[in-house]
Parts: sequence; structure tokens; C-alpha cells
Amino acid sequence: MADVILDIPIAAPAKPAATFRNLVHNPGVVFGATVILIVLLMALLAPWLGTIDPTAINPIARNKVPGAEFSLRTDTGERIKMIALFGTDGLGRDVYSRVVYGARISLLVGVSVALISVACGLFIGLLAGFFRILDAIIMRIMDGLMAIPAILLAIAMVSLFRSSVLTVIIAITVPQIPGVVRLVRSIVLSVREEPYVEAAVTLGTSTPKLLWRHVFPNTIAPMIVQGTFICAAAILVEAILSFLGIGVPPEVPTWGNIMAEGRQVFSLFPHNIIYPGVFLAMTILAVNVLGDGMRDTLDPKMAKRV
Amino acid sequence: MYGYLFRRLLGTIPVMLVVAIFIFLMLRLTPSDPAAIIAGDNATTEQVAKIRGQLGLDRPMVEQFFIWSGKVLSGDFGESFFFKKTVASLIGERIEPTLSLALITMLLAVLVAVPLGVLAAHRHGSWIDRIVMGFSVLGFSMPSFVIGYLLIYLFAVWLGWLPVQGYQRISEGLGGWLRGLVLPSLTLSIIFVALIARMTRTSMLEVLSEDYIRTARAKGQSERKVLFRHALRNAAVPIVTVIGLGVALLIGGVVVTESVFTIPGLGRLTVDAVLARDYPTIQAVILLFSFVYVMINLAVDMIYTLLDPRIRY
Amino acid sequence: MAGPVLEIANLSVAIRGSGDRPHAVRGINMTVGANEIVCVVGESGSGKSVTAHAVMGLLPKNAMQVETGSIRLQGEELTTKSDAELRAIRGTRMAMVFQEPMTALNPVERVGDQIGEVLEVHTDLDPTERRKRVLEIMRAVHLPDPEQMIDAYPHQLSGGQRQRIMIAAALVLDPALLIADEPTTALDVTTQAQILKLVRELQGRKKTGVLFITHDFGVVSEIAERVVVMRLGSIVEQGSCEEVLRNPREDYTKMLLAAVPSMTPPMRSPVSGAVVLQTEKLFKTYGRRSLFQPKARIVNAVSDVSLTVRRGETLGIVGESGSGKSTVARCVARLVEPTSGAVRIDNVDIASIREAKFRSMRRRVQFVFQDPYRSLNPRRTVGEAIIEGPMNFGLGRKEALQRARDLMAVVQLSPDALDRYPHQFSGGQRQRICIARALAMEPELLIGDEPVSALDVSVQDQVLKLLDEVRRKFDLAVLFITHDLRVAAQVCDRIAVMQRGVIVEQGTTTEVFAAPRHEYTKALFEAAPGRHRDFARKAAGR
Repeated sequence: MADVILDIPIAAPAKPAATFRNLVHNPGVVFGATVILIVLLMALLAPWLGTIDPTAINPIARNKVPGAEFSLRTDTGERIKMIALFGTDGLGRDVYSRVVYGARISLLVGVSVALISVACGLFIGLLAGFFRILDAIIMRIMDGLMAIPAILLAIAMVSLFRSSVLTVIIAITVPQIPGVVRLVRSIVLSVREEPYVEAAVTLGTSTPKLLWRHVFPNTIAPMIVQGTFICAAAILVEAILSFLGIGVPPEVPTWGNIMAEGRQVFSLFPHNIIYPGVFLAMTILAVNVLGDGMRDTLDPKMAKRV
Repeated sequence: MYGYLFRRLLGTIPVMLVVAIFIFLMLRLTPSDPAAIIAGDNATTEQVAKIRGQLGLDRPMVEQFFIWSGKVLSGDFGESFFFKKTVASLIGERIEPTLSLALITMLLAVLVAVPLGVLAAHRHGSWIDRIVMGFSVLGFSMPSFVIGYLLIYLFAVWLGWLPVQGYQRISEGLGGWLRGLVLPSLTLSIIFVALIARMTRTSMLEVLSEDYIRTARAKGQSERKVLFRHALRNAAVPIVTVIGLGVALLIGGVVVTESVFTIPGLGRLTVDAVLARDYPTIQAVILLFSFVYVMINLAVDMIYTLLDPRIRY
Repeated sequence: MAGPVLEIANLSVAIRGSGDRPHAVRGINMTVGANEIVCVVGESGSGKSVTAHAVMGLLPKNAMQVETGSIRLQGEELTTKSDAELRAIRGTRMAMVFQEPMTALNPVERVGDQIGEVLEVHTDLDPTERRKRVLEIMRAVHLPDPEQMIDAYPHQLSGGQRQRIMIAAALVLDPALLIADEPTTALDVTTQAQILKLVRELQGRKKTGVLFITHDFGVVSEIAERVVVMRLGSIVEQGSCEEVLRNPREDYTKMLLAAVPSMTPPMRSPVSGAVVLQTEKLFKTYGRRSLFQPKARIVNAVSDVSLTVRRGETLGIVGESGSGKSTVARCVARLVEPTSGAVRIDNVDIASIREAKFRSMRRRVQFVFQDPYRSLNPRRTVGEAIIEGPMNFGLGRKEALQRARDLMAVVQLSPDALDRYPHQFSGGQRQRICIARALAMEPELLIGDEPVSALDVSVQDQVLKLLDEVRRKFDLAVLFITHDLRVAAQVCDRIAVMQRGVIVEQGTTTEVFAAPRHEYTKALFEAAPGRHRDFARKAAGR
């Protein structure tokens, strides 16, 4: 039998290019990313979108319905007439401005919590997955933290410290970490058994290099997907905390506390709840849909991993 | 099998220990003086010192922990400075509304979600599947208070069919009790239905691609039987897992829903306690909720042994 | 019985969507008579399984579809039947047994109920009658203690027992046609022999027509009356078993037969090189009893194993699953730590050495794994995989790449392929890359843990020849783990036979094959399918 040089490549091009194309073609990714982009622009360009100072109290313009006119005293002392696109709240503040500025906190909290919790969770999870001794200790602590329902843990942490955006971020991050640790750990444990990792051991690859070169890349896609879902959850929890009155300081407008202030007069003036509510729901939905879309393209097996 | 259950039971002890330590440290780690916080802004230094002595805050940390744990295990959660009652009695009077809300919500959610998930998996790729998936993402993304207000506006304000808020105890009449719970449990269950339907679908899809499904078809079994007798029974374990984990979300959701519908339950108690910085109450409620969550997950593990004989033997 | 049980005429199955070819099978013509066993042989991708699924109507609906052709079961056309009609036929007039008995059985249902399901669906028998029938068929397939086993769950049974349950479920209603899709491939050789015997017995008793799919010519020679050879979706050749095996007409068939290693080991001169590997009283035990688990199972994976391998020599460890052969290999490569005993490489005992100290010695012992699809990191190029080892030991990148290029040529792959990814290569090519990766370390001992078991027989032949060449060229000591006696005969100078963690017999390959002494070794040889045949020689007409 002839010993042929057999080198005909079988299939497709290298993976990274194909993945990016798939991502961009996924409808979920497109929808989610677009909406998030719009909200992001809204947050960044807030001062130039026809808004006024969101904290400006204006007693004579209380409880105006959406579309009504109201008069406002500017810094220079003049009185000008403005249209309250989304109405005004019980203290006369322009709901439209508050909603636009409110986007800032939501996005800031969402992204910060996602980044910090993924970074911490990744680090701890890699350690737990690879070093058996650390594993036992770490997982006990994680189990304990997971036993306290996330919102309660966040509430508890907020109650301890002075109210500020940083406190809220930390309070929401901590309960998310165990979930990430669990996911990373399960990935590490399954990758460790793969023959190519064992092969690397026989080649004399040191443990840090093993982790970096062979184990860590398997966590990238799941982490991106998980981070996205955490972002959505964080935006939601922040809104809940603000709604309950135990979130960021009341002067800072967030969608949650706009709704909180409108509770009492809800039946008469639902606009306080509807507008921020719609923005909140749309944003969270967009992030979740983005996460779903990314998971379907990047890591379809992830759905099973609890 | 009993060995497995026994070990799981033992395993809950370190978990509760970690929870207890965390909660205990919570109060002790505030930057401000806990005694001063409890005493209030207008307290004199003697009053603060008295409170400190009462709470035993001048003793070493470890000793404090043991004293506190001992009290907790015997049901003494201390006294609420804000409500001026024992915390235990506070919890006692607030537990019924929360329990009612939670149970009805879970029942509703499971009865609606599982069939939806099975249907979506069976008709994978069809418009039913897409609707169920779309609804589930929506349900998962909408904050429960937004849904709550929407429902209130629709059914209570506009149509006037149901009460806007409030709660009626069972002792005062079953009808009123149920009517009061319709909107809140509907609100809360939407998130669950979304979560459980999704997990059911995913789990079913995975199971439907397993070899034994092909074997059942090779025997000439009908699709319906294949779905229920073979697929669902195997898909049950992840579904039950997610129901167990979902209880954590349920607890969080209860806190919000009780606020929206002004139901005098444990959730409202938590919020009020936090706003008032009433630490004994906060500690007790968190401890209680965590304990319930851990117990429910233990129950889930026991259900596994019923569902999966590989764990039993 | 008039007429054949199964007649397939001009069958073509189309594959939807992208793929390497538009048809899974094209223009297939074959028949199975009543009381006849027909074997369909082919390598992976030949379409043999697709044909079987097409007959049963089990093709995955959105991926494959019968395009043209006819499938007649006892004269009735199946391709035009509705789903409901097909369901009525499945289990009653035609039945199928699949390859993996563990996954083919529902893990949460008792095995008795799974056999009983066939009766539930197709008959009106009440539960007591069903149970009677189930026990009857369980006895017919020679399952031990049916009254107990009927209530057992699949995970409590062995592989062979599970396959008997599958066969019982398939035959309980006496179908005219039984399709078996590689039913013994996942089983040990001794179990396989029992199942083949069972199939022959049951077939003879009820005069069932059997369509038996396999890739193993040994199995074919044991049970087939007629043989159909398939390749890439078409039939290459068919005829009676003797005809095809002794006088194959087509080149492809000749090549397949020539690739089957002989049961007679070639003459080998004794090796006298230096001892490279020496294990002494090696033990590996799993499981530990403790307070929390007083009844934990203790598994003695390896007990008292002592062997030596010299330079230029290949020592084979032969055994079935659970024999401990893989564990020995992993102990030697220090992928697991032995419980006790010595493992000496060039006289240095590495059994209990600390990982940090051992690392510098790792280059001397290299490993080739069984699964070519999981032995290479899918995210790194093949070149990076090969140079990883040498670079760990200080070789610069340029020199390492040069070495990689040289080695690619040694394993007969193009040196330019270094920047391709593993998924762009076939299984056999990947295994060659793994061999190159091992050689890049310039080892003294090369361990192969079933390195060809996952490859098609023609590719297997090439890789075995490569391993032999490599051993000679680099004067390596080779430890070769396998379950396949023919493979052992072809490559090993000496073999050790293991059973349940213990070496039962050791000696030169010629000695052991000519006159096995231990009971177990004899049983292994008895069970080897087609052991009296030398397919390669017969095919060449000698």
C-alpha cells in the first residue's frame, strides 16, 4: 500500500472569523445590541437631549400629565415654558429628564456588577476547580452565600453601609459571585478530564501555563454569556432596591426610585410608573435577548450547565 | 439511598453555619457603632452604653457568636427596637400572608410552565415554540413591580374586578383571601413561568435527542407516550432543580410584590426593618428565609432519589 | 417461506443542508431472506447505519429523507406508509437493536417494563400475562435469575446483560426481520462472543431474517451467510460469505481485508537492548472507607504488576475493560499516582516522586491517547501542539518549529500543515499528529493507550505500520495497550495479559499465541471472532 502524504485539509476556515459572522447574523444579538446602544447613547448624551436638571424641584408644576406645559425658572431668573414629555412627579420634577438621566445609573450598575462579578468568580472558580484542597473550603463558603436569596443579601449589605452608588454595586455583586464560581468550576472540572489537558501534563507543561493555555480559553465564551445575564439581573435588582427605597441616595435619579415616588398617586397619575417602567423593561429585555443570542452562537452547550 | 440523604442532611449544617456567621458579622461589621444605631439619634451616652451591655457587645466576638447562636436555636430572636415586640412574635403574625402568596404562586407557575415547556420542545422550531420562548424572555426581563402595576391598572383601576391592594386572612373568609391573592400571585408567577418553561423546554430537547428515545420509537411507541413516559421522566431532574433554585427568586420577588400590593407579610417586614435599621429583625428574617431555602433544596434532593434510581441504588 | 423478508431496491437517501456529500446512500440494492443472516460491512461514513434507519423509518426527519427507491418488508412497500402504519409494524414485524446498550435503555425505568412496553403497545395482554411473556423471553436470551432481574434498572446490569435485554425487547413478538446496528462493538470480546452465539441461536429457532451491521470482519466470518460491502454510500460488492472473504473481486474489499491484522504473529527476534521501564509490584487502589462511607467500594484497579520493557521492544498489555491495563499505563506516565510499588525509568523510581521534581523527567515518557478527537486542543494549531513540549524544556520557538516540520514529514503529513487546526484533519491524521507531538520530546519510552481502537481498520493499519517504523528509527521502548488480539499480534514483541488488575500470563507474542497457558487467556482466544481465519492472506489468494 502506497504511503501517501495525506495532508488534505478537511473543512472550514479557522474558527474566530466564522464565530464573529455567526454572532452578527443572530437576530437576538442584533436586536439586543441595538437597543442597548440606543440606551447607552441616551445616557451619554443626556444633557443634550432636551433635558433639564433632573433634581430640580418645581412645586408649581406638580403632577402634570404627559404633554402638558409647565413653566420653569432658569438659572438666569427667566421663566420659560416647557413641555413635560413624560409629565412631572409629585415634586414638580420633569419625568422625561429623570428617565434619561436614570439610564446612567442603570447601565453603570449593570456593567460594573457584570465585570466585577465575572472577574472575581473566574479567579475563584479557577482555583477551586484546579486545587482540590481549596475546592472544599471555597465551595462551602459559596454554598453558604448562595443559601441567602440574592435580593436579601443585597438588602442586608445595603443596610450596613452608607447609601451610595458604590455600596449598591458591591451589594449586588457579592450574591452573583457564587453563581459564576460554580459555572467556572464545573467547566474546569470537565476540561481537566480531557485528553488534551492530560497530554499537556505529559509534555511537562507547568500548572499555571496549563490553566492559562488550555483551561481558561474554555471559560471565555460562557463568561461572556453569563456576564450578560448578570448585567440584566443587576439592572433589575438595582431597580428593585431603588423602588423599595433602599438603593442609591434619593437625589440620584434611577428608574427604580422614579417609580417609587410615583406609587402613592399611581391610580391618578400612572405616568410616573409607566415611562420609567417601559425603559427599564426594554433595557433588561434587550440585555437578556443579547445574552440568549450570544449563548446560541458561542456556546450552545451552556444551557445544561447549572 | 439513606446514606445519601443522611449525608445531604449533614451537608446543610456547614451551609447554615456560614450563613449564621455572615449574618452575625453583618451587624458587627458596620462602620458605625451598632448600639448607637439601635439606640437612635437622640440617645444619651448612658442609654447607648446600656444597650451595648444588653446586646453583649462588650464581650469577645466568639463568645458573642455562641450566645447569639444559642438564643437563635431556642427561638429567641431578640426584641425589635422599632416595632416594640419580640421579633419572634412579629414573624409569627406575618408569616401567613407570605406563605399563602408563595404557595399559590409556585402551584400556578408549575401547572402552567411545565406543559408549556413540553409543548415548546415537542414543536421545536414552530411558531408555538417561538411564542413560548419569546414570552419567557419577556417574563424574565420585566421587573415584577412593573408587571404588578400594569395588572393593578388593568384589573383593579380600569376594570375594577379585583382589589387594588391589601390582604384578607383565611380566617376571615376563603373567597376574600383568594381574591386578594389573584393579582399578586399572577404578578409573581410570571417570572417563574418564564424560568420553568424555559428550563423544561431545554431539558426536554436534550432528552429527546438521547438514544433511548430512538429505542422507544423503534418499538413502535406513540409520540405522546414517548414524550411523557420516556422524555419527561428523564427531563424531570433538571426541571425540579430549577424549581428549587427558583425559590430564591421567589423570596426576592415576595419582598417586592408585598410592597406593591401592601400585603402585611415577611417581605414588607424586611423592607420596613431595613429602612428603620432594625437589626434584630433583619437578622431574623434573613436567617429564616435562608433556612427555608436550604430546606427546600434538601427536599429537592430527596425528590431526586424518587425520580432517578441511579441515585437510589 | 416464500420470498425474501427484506428487499431494498435502488434506495437513495438525501441529506438536507450542507455536508460533504448530498446523499448518505445511493442506489442500494440488497435482500435479506427468511432464516438468513446478512452482514453489512463498511468503515465509518459508509452509510450502513443510514440504510438500517431508513428501513425502520427512523431517519432524522429534518436532516435526511428517502429520495428514491423501494423498501419492501415481506412484500409490503414501507416508503409509502404513514407514520401510524409504520409504528404498528415496528416491534411486531421488524425490530432493531442498537450499538450502545447503556444509552439505548431508559435509565429511570425497570428493564422488565422496557421489554413489556413492546407488548403494551402492540398487544391486548393484561399485566400478568405480559409479565409471563417477559420472563419467558428473558429466559430465552439466557439472562440469569429473570424473576429478580425483571425489576432491575439498567445501571445495575453489565453491558452484556443490557444488550440481552435489548435483544429480548426486539424479539419478544417474533418479528420477521431483526436489524442489529453494531450490537457488539461496545462490548468486551468475551461478551461479544456470547451475544453472537445468542443471535445465531435465536435466529435459527424462529427463522428470523437478520441484517447485521458491523465493521469487524471477524464478526462477519462468525455469523454471516451473505456479506454486503459498503463504501461512502454505495455497495461495492456482495455475495456469500465465503466468496467475499476468500475471493473478493473489488479492490476496495481486497484492501479492507488486507488491512485486518493476522492472528498469527510474525517471527520476531528477541530484543536485547537496555531496560528502559521496569515496574515492580505496582498497586493502584481506588476508594477509601471512612466514617461517612463505611461501605464504600474499594476497587483494586492494579494489583502486583511487575513488567519490563527494553529499548527497541514493544510490550503489549492485553485485556478487556476493567482489566486495569489503562491504569497501568497511566501510572507509568504518572497521570495518576500509584498506591504502592515502584516504577523505574532508567533506574529512577518515579512512582512516588513529587510532581515538581518529576517534571524534568517527563520528556522521557510520552503518551498517545485513544481518542484522536479529544487529544488535541481544538483552539490551538497543530504546530503549537507539537512545539509545546519542547518549548517547556527550553527549546527556542524557531528550533522547535523546525523539529515539528521534520516530524510531520516522519509521520507522513505535509510540514506546511502546521498552522491548521485539528478539526481540519481526519481521525487517522490527528493520531499521526499526536505521535509527532510525542516524538518531539525525544522520549525513551512511548506509551500508546489503545491508540488505534477508534480508527477505521484501513487507517488503523497505516498507523500501526507508522508506529513500528518510528520505534525502529528512534530505538524506542514501546508500551502498547490494546484489547484487540490481532493488533497485539501485529505489533508486539512480548505481551502481558491482564484480568481484573492482575497479570495472568506474560511471554513472547509467538509463545502466548501458540500455546496460551492461563484459563483466561485461553478464553480470550476462544472468543476472538474469526480466529481461525487470516483475512489478509486469504484475500491475497494464498
